Amino acid sequence: MENELGLWAIPVAIIGGAIRVSTPFLFVSLGEVLTERSGRINLGLEGTLVFGAMAGYGIAVETGSPWIGVFGAAVAGALFGVVHGVLCSMQRVNDIAIGIALMLLGLGLAFFFGKPYIQPVALDLPSISFGWWSDIPQVQAALKVNILFLAGIVATIGLWWMFRSTRVGLLIRVVGDSTDAARAMGLRPSLIRTLATAAGGALAGVGGAYLSLFYPGSWNEGISSGQGLMAVALVIFARWNPIACFWAALLFGGAGALGPALQSIGVSEGYYLFYAAPYVLTLGVLIMTSSPRRAMVGAPGELSITK
Amino acid sequence: MADKAIPKIGPRGLPTDSWQATLARPAEAIAIPIGALLSGFLVFSIFLIIIGKSPLEFFALVYKAGFGTGFSWQNTLSRTTPLLFAALCVALPARLGLVVIGGEGAIVLGGVMAGGLAGVMAGLPAVIAIPLLAFAGGLMGSAWIGAVGALRHYRGVNETISSLLLAYIAIALMNHMVEGPLRDPSSLNKPSTAPFAEHLRVGNLPGMDVHWGLAVAVVCCILSWILIERTTWGFAARIAGGNIRAAQVQGLPVGRLVVGFTALGGTFAGLAGVFEVAAVHGSANGSLAAGFGYTGILVAFLARHDPLALIPVAILLAGFEASSGLVQRRMDLPDATTLVLQGFVFVAILLSETLYGRFKLFAPERWGAK
Repeated sequence: MENELGLWAIPVAIIGGAIRVSTPFLFVSLGEVLTERSGRINLGLEGTLVFGAMAGYGIAVETGSPWIGVFGAAVAGALFGVVHGVLCSMQRVNDIAIGIALMLLGLGLAFFFGKPYIQPVALDLPSISFGWWSDIPQVQAALKVNILFLAGIVATIGLWWMFRSTRVGLLIRVVGDSTDAARAMGLRPSLIRTLATAAGGALAGVGGAYLSLFYPGSWNEGISSGQGLMAVALVIFARWNPIACFWAALLFGGAGALGPALQSIGVSEGYYLFYAAPYVLTLGVLIMTSSPRRAMVGAPGELSITK
Repeated sequence: MADKAIPKIGPRGLPTDSWQATLARPAEAIAIPIGALLSGFLVFSIFLIIIGKSPLEFFALVYKAGFGTGFSWQNTLSRTTPLLFAALCVALPARLGLVVIGGEGAIVLGGVMAGGLAGVMAGLPAVIAIPLLAFAGGLMGSAWIGAVGALRHYRGVNETISSLLLAYIAIALMNHMVEGPLRDPSSLNKPSTAPFAEHLRVGNLPGMDVHWGLAVAVVCCILSWILIERTTWGFAARIAGGNIRAAQVQGLPVGRLVVGFTALGGTFAGLAGVFEVAAVHGSANGSLAAGFGYTGILVAFLARHDPLALIPVAILLAGFEASSGLVQRRMDLPDATTLVLQGFVFVAILLSETLYGRFKLFAPERWGAK
């Protein structure tokens, strides 16, 4: 059985890994798309992701139900989003700097309250096996898909549809493209941005709950190491389009799975360099998709990083 | 009364204002950050009360372990050095309006550079070898953060995101080097580079248990202040930070300014790593990624990116870090307590930006300015 796949074990492990690893990327990047389409950038989603992981795990341990944990993580993420949104509504308060501050605060609070929960307790979210057609255990393992991944697909299509053909999506896009136009329409840009940031924070919180409740499936202080930040960069790559975010998240998940996949067939040389692969990929993608002269295609007009 | 009839004439032939009017703006620039710092402490105190701990005990312990005795001062001052260097790496690019938060990467690689080269230079006398090590580490840091500036200017890549990504890459590189090519086989539990030869270790300042890095860091702060406030380069950087289009129209070399200021900041962060290795740890290992780069961000923002103001702010935050061990043990608090405090203070200082110009007390006009 072990040797049946041979070198095919690598792509199978990478595909399986991509599905497993991409879910938090997907949720954070969808949250960031929602926030940035309203004209603000929230760099604090890294902190929200880690706090969501801690809150989701803690609540699941206390209540015995992983789903209440996921819900709690979403609420915690929304609270961080509200704080970010309200603080940024004040004059001369810079959204990038507030994001950095809230990233530190989120990490600090997560580590602070998470201390008692650093212990291996299995509390897995349920997953569905799509590998029943195959006899090969690796394939079956690779195609064991968590329900949150499927929820992420639904959220992707939902957001795409919302931006394209609903009133709410239109309001968010107007606010994101021109504060003046929104004011002229009688909208309240700060309020809409705060609500969008809160919803984005909730999505990032769910991404965190996936980390601690399914894969890797326990709470510890090194659980994210920059995934929230990479997801923010991924949004630029995906041109603020939810569907493109889904494919980008799969790509990044695959890069993240490269190191463990090579390890599983016995390549251990340069382990740390493979571990850096997602960061290098993110940076390379950013360099390729940015341009010093023209404004980026699809970028919301009021976004500070592309102005 | 005669003052009112005949206005005093200042050095440039302009009428001088009353001393209150002259001091009003500088007083605002000091009072608002201090107010923000105290508000951050207040919110943290409320947080401590909510979880059932005494804020009074906390701050008393911080004072005792950070500033209470000669020994605690030495502990605080030796942590001040990397914070100052790391904060310069944020403050200098900030002059151009850039938010660089990946100083940690330059610190780590500067340290690895010094740790790797120390063995090669073991035969050289200290007067030659130590400056060479510092130069190599600084160069490494300047290339790393200078690349962030170059990517920003020539490719339009957001510097905040790229610098943090590069910090993660730097830490992975350090782990690879320290556990692979540069590993000293005799370091079993904690993979490290070969230990420094005794004569290459950076010694202590005369009469103190604090290494020479502190003096170098303070000198770097003073030089940075002169660069920003007293040279045409600093002036050009401030113009470019205010309005990049205007600077380009004026014919200022914006690209060279961006790369130069980020590279200089990176040099300082690299030096932080060199001194951590050459004076504190004695070899490069995982302890280099101790988070000084991230605390340095807070130091720079609290000092409002003024290189001289960095010095007192860095000492204050170093005191909090120096006392965290005692606080953890005495009050049974987790080590993340310092991080929570820093988070509250950070949010408070950013919020205080909205207060400038709102207080009549600090308006020069109130004091009769012309």
